[in-house]
Amino acid sequence: MADSVVALDRPGVAPEASGRRVRWEVARRLLRHRSFQTGLALFAIVIAAAVLAPWISPVNPNKLAMRARFLPPSWEHLFGTDNFGRSQLARVVYGAQLSLFIGTAVVVINAVFGTLIGALAGYFRQLDNALMRINDAIMAFPAVLLAIGVAAVLGRSTPNMILALSIVYVPRTARIVRSSVIVIRQMEYVQAAVAAGAGHLRILRRHILPNSMAPLMVQLSFLFAYAVLTEATLSFLGLGAEPPTPTWGNIMAEGRQYMREAPWIIAIPGAALAITVMALNLLGDGLRDVLDPRLRIQQ
Amino acid sequence: MGRVIFSRIAGAIPVIILVTLITFGLMRLIPGDVTAALGGVNSTPAEREAIRQNLGLDQPIHVQFVKWYAGLLRGDLGRSHLLGKDVTQTMFERLPVTLSLSAYSLVLTILLGLLTGMLAALRQNSWVDQAAMMFAMIGVSMPNFWLGLMMIVLFSVHLGWLPSGGYVPFMQDPWGWFRATTMPAISLALLQVGLLARITRSTMLEVLRQDFVRTARAKGLPNYLVVGKHALANALIPIVTVVGIIVSLLMSGAVVTETVFSIPGVGQLLTSAILNRDYPMIQGGLLIVTLLLVGINIAVDVAYAWLDPRVRYERG
Repeated sequence: MADSVVALDRPGVAPEASGRRVRWEVARRLLRHRSFQTGLALFAIVIAAAVLAPWISPVNPNKLAMRARFLPPSWEHLFGTDNFGRSQLARVVYGAQLSLFIGTAVVVINAVFGTLIGALAGYFRQLDNALMRINDAIMAFPAVLLAIGVAAVLGRSTPNMILALSIVYVPRTARIVRSSVIVIRQMEYVQAAVAAGAGHLRILRRHILPNSMAPLMVQLSFLFAYAVLTEATLSFLGLGAEPPTPTWGNIMAEGRQYMREAPWIIAIPGAALAITVMALNLLGDGLRDVLDPRLRIQQ
Repeated sequence: MGRVIFSRIAGAIPVIILVTLITFGLMRLIPGDVTAALGGVNSTPAEREAIRQNLGLDQPIHVQFVKWYAGLLRGDLGRSHLLGKDVTQTMFERLPVTLSLSAYSLVLTILLGLLTGMLAALRQNSWVDQAAMMFAMIGVSMPNFWLGLMMIVLFSVHLGWLPSGGYVPFMQDPWGWFRATTMPAISLALLQVGLLARITRSTMLEVLRQDFVRTARAKGLPNYLVVGKHALANALIPIVTVVGIIVSLLMSGAVVTETVFSIPGVGQLLTSAILNRDYPMIQGGLLIVTLLLVGINIAVDVAYAWLDPRVRYERG
């Protein structure tokens, strides 16, 4: 990290150029980080499976084949078939699409609203108390239970799932943005900007927010993991998209009845889920070590 | 110490008020005509009216609001329309089951988490460390309900060692309780074991670098005393603060785990409430569990102040 800081301070280097250099340096460090590499490779496989779903499995994931029920994994049916003879390969890769879509949506909503609420609370102290009390109250609920409550009330659908997960996780993101904004607000260069007569908006946008991005990035990658995991949990409990839409949680909920005769119906989507969550956790670990060395778990 | 306890309780009051407010507001998010959904397509207008009255939806919102708080003060959270029983009473009937499972799981979490984290810290950068951290990573990434299902397939279906579900109260048959709750407790604990192992490792590494550890070594104390007495006692202090988070995760996890293992606790109660749109039960259950957690967090905070005098004087 030391030399990237030097790069920022080096006289004569245009800010744009040094910014690019820092970014390049960060990318280089990330790519050399062992858990980031592993996470990236695993996550790339999951993304590829989701994007290439129609090519990986030309079979419609909801196509019934009553003669081909409960076939164990084989060359013909790589992941086996379920109680309706549907191709599990198709259902798992299409399930990946939905998982990643919901995860991405929750991450984007968190990035926007978490930053907004966190920046307002951290910058305008008058708002801090009110916003943080509401945050504390939402965070007092056990995360998954609150998501279950919201999803149960709103009814099962993908947008409602995204809303439920966002209500649960935005306060957690806001808290992280807020604490870095509070630290940065007291930095000398921010005071210099205030003295130079910069307005609140400019100070926030130009000076404070760009410097509080590192902890946010780390949080968002872990958040992606929680969102995917919680979505699967909720749809396992019957709160996700309506069947026969394949989500990993749905597939496992349906397969549960047959787990004695056909354990692969639950084993494979669960493994896919575990791999996705692990990939994102590894990426988060790598980002934290490289972007936010203060939080580093000693090596 | 009395001041610490008082200030923690006072600090929790705004949170408790907001939590009750959010829970009240949550039920007003129900879209459309809930009574039609609850009563089914064939329900008569009279039946729907009865449901509306039971939910208190026939009254204007400010009346509902006052009633909610008046009921709350009396411990009355309404009636479950699925079970036809008082919500508070049902929750307290089911809570001991969930608490005994959570307690077992918490014990496993603390034993395994501390052990894994300490081993990793003491053998830093060795294969032991790497294996321990790999285990922790798998722990935090494994969906607990999936792990539970896989354990049922292996240990109940194939090997026949343990029952695949059900519950026996500890007081009735301790061995039966142990057999029934071991798989659920393990599947519930693994996530928290992973978290605790990672935190223990990093705190332990920090403590092992401190001067007093060097002094203890320099005066010739055997390693087990240096680690077990001096280092561990100090590493435990920050670890206490995560107990609140761990208990919160346990309560969330219990919902799914109880469903997987057919354990008649709060989790299973809430799952069946969700599937049957038993709104008073969902609302009351969510509130009671959350208030319980707020209480546990106050207790954790007080314990933290008791363990670490610095906290008592700074913030007390």
